[in-house]
Amino acid sequence: MTLKTTRRTLLAGAAATGALALPGSRLLATEQVKAGWVYVGPIGDHGWTYTHDQGRLDVEKALGDKVVTTYVENVAEGPDAERVIRQLAASGNDIIFATSFGFMNPVIRVAKQFPKVKFEHATGYKTAPNVAVYNARFHEGRTVIGTIAGRLSKSGIVGYIASFPIPEVVMGINAFTLAMRKRRPDAQIKVVWVNSWYDPGKEADAAKALIDQGADIITQHTDSPAPLQVAEERGVSGFGQASDMRKFAPNAQLTAIVDHWGPYYVERVKAVLEGTWKSHIIWHGLKEGMVQIAPYGPRVPEEVRAEADAVKQGIIDGTLHPFAGPIRDQAGELRVPEGQSLSDEELLKMDWYVEGVQA
Amino acid sequence: MLRIEARPEPSRRMLLATPFLAVLLTVVSGALLFALLGRDPLVSLHAFFVTPVSSLYGLGELGLKATPLILIGIGLAAGFRANVWNIGAEGQLVLGAVCGGGVALWFWEVDAPWVFPLMVVAAVAGGMAWAAIPAFLKTRLEVNEILVSLMLTYVAVLLLSALVYGPWKDPEGFNFPQSRMFGEAALMPPVVEGTRLHAGILVALAVALAAWLWQARTLSGFTLKVVGLAPAAARFAGFERRRTVWLTLLLGGGLAGLAGLFEVAGPIGQLVPQVSPGYGFTAIIVAFLGRLHPVGVVLAALLVALSYIGGETAQIEAGLPQAVTGVFQGMLLFFLLATDFLIRYRLRPVARRRGAEGR
Repeated sequence: MTLKTTRRTLLAGAAATGALALPGSRLLATEQVKAGWVYVGPIGDHGWTYTHDQGRLDVEKALGDKVVTTYVENVAEGPDAERVIRQLAASGNDIIFATSFGFMNPVIRVAKQFPKVKFEHATGYKTAPNVAVYNARFHEGRTVIGTIAGRLSKSGIVGYIASFPIPEVVMGINAFTLAMRKRRPDAQIKVVWVNSWYDPGKEADAAKALIDQGADIITQHTDSPAPLQVAEERGVSGFGQASDMRKFAPNAQLTAIVDHWGPYYVERVKAVLEGTWKSHIIWHGLKEGMVQIAPYGPRVPEEVRAEADAVKQGIIDGTLHPFAGPIRDQAGELRVPEGQSLSDEELLKMDWYVEGVQA
Repeated sequence: MLRIEARPEPSRRMLLATPFLAVLLTVVSGALLFALLGRDPLVSLHAFFVTPVSSLYGLGELGLKATPLILIGIGLAAGFRANVWNIGAEGQLVLGAVCGGGVALWFWEVDAPWVFPLMVVAAVAGGMAWAAIPAFLKTRLEVNEILVSLMLTYVAVLLLSALVYGPWKDPEGFNFPQSRMFGEAALMPPVVEGTRLHAGILVALAVALAAWLWQARTLSGFTLKVVGLAPAAARFAGFERRRTVWLTLLLGGGLAGLAGLFEVAGPIGQLVPQVSPGYGFTAIIVAFLGRLHPVGVVLAALLVALSYIGGETAQIEAGLPQAVTGVFQGMLLFFLLATDFLIRYRLRPVARRRGAEGR
């Protein structure tokens, strides 16, 4: 990429962010950082991508004219991602956040070609000297909402709208089920796979089908508010995913698992500014605030709120492990004996379901 | 009042000119749209149409993106000429990726020169086999090939998912749904240093040339047109429709299968749940935009590829929203259809008779 393109990009970026400081010749590289984000969905999904973009805006707010941000949305996982990531690197970004699992191999390939650019990949497992991996313990939030579902479900049937059976999603289904069955031992979790992270039509259809099968609580591991909107219409309850979706279902939303990427993004971009950035793998949860629980909805009574808060506090203190034994799998076989719990390594490649899951 | 009236004979010159006219109208309306959004139209158009192809890497990306569109578009155009509506090229592409990729995984540790040719054979055979299903049902039972080929796409995608979530999952991949990376012998190296462009583009151009000669110079190529335009005349001349259905579906399926192989052995380098961002469907637009002519298909494929890549560049360089890509593609199709309509029909002002409403 030529210098001309780079400068035009800088100008366009600066104008877009309202930062009027023009990059002069005396400006050192560390005085201003260019940061790029690659999104798998549209920023208007009100879920996953939306929360990453909120994180990007937090970086702009926190660092002001020390940072110029760019994003590319709706990038398909696969060969197109490599081009987009490379283009962001070639157009002068110092740090690039790739926010979906399917961007992993493209990130690793581009990182080899641009050793000076820092890359951050969400939810993967491959690192390099200039590639860090970050992820959130979403399943901790699912333990909290599973607790609420166990107290509030009348039919004992929960409809779970899931995207793809990767460990993160399997882990979430299991954490939810374990927490729910602790309160409601006969609870059944019916899972519908929609094979997409974002497909409001399919998600809504799945929600309708699950409600028709007797589910009185809907939860989801897909990114749109469509299932909650269906829950609101049909008079059942549900949980928000990735962001507080209250405005789509003011009565139906019991609470939401909120992803909060801003502080991490600010910290990492700052590290590039200060020249202290290092590769790492982190997996943060409720304790670090990367996963948060939204305010409770009107249908959650006081004692259930207190119980959910206690579960949350237990996870934060480390006194409660979402995957503490005894845990039986779907076949009824004891997988984790009493007194033991699953390690992070075991969780990160989980491919079996606990008792009570109908997947 | 205006009345729509068929023109006695559409002008041949206009038939050739309308695709260019449609592009021109799209660019002009795009400029207007950018101006209305408060952007500099020239800068935006430059980012969309010029920047992506102003570097060697960019040109390579254009060729890379156009390759599957050309291959599939050529096959589909031959069928559409003969009124055989293969809408399931996406599924045939996936089958090609599955069969070719299966060979690559089977001979994972074999580093021999025959691995890749075997993958090609398997991919073409896989695509053909998938297209043979609608061909068989059409010729034997008169089942609509549009429905069968389209529905089989979903079956193909689920088959691929079942394999990469199951037996073909990378044993070292933490249970994430992707196969191992292919071995060296199974990959297509770049033909131009510093780009990702592989030999597939040369194959695609050769196929286009061959298809052109075939359709312009041979009897079987001519048959397609007759069967499509005048079925009765074709029957009278002794051209067998059944043969045409088989021929065009197998051709389209084989080429789509080849395109699928080129994706997985080229830029992807492994099997993943989603091997195509919808090339099989986009190629339908490419075939019509190219007037069902092989040379037109090549040009149309390049244009459509540019519209995708341009959309990404416009986001990075000019901060335009991703929706711009969709708007541009939509306008292009709209103007093409509109100009098409106007060369076949004309609008005649008709004087409204008084009192007509009174009755």
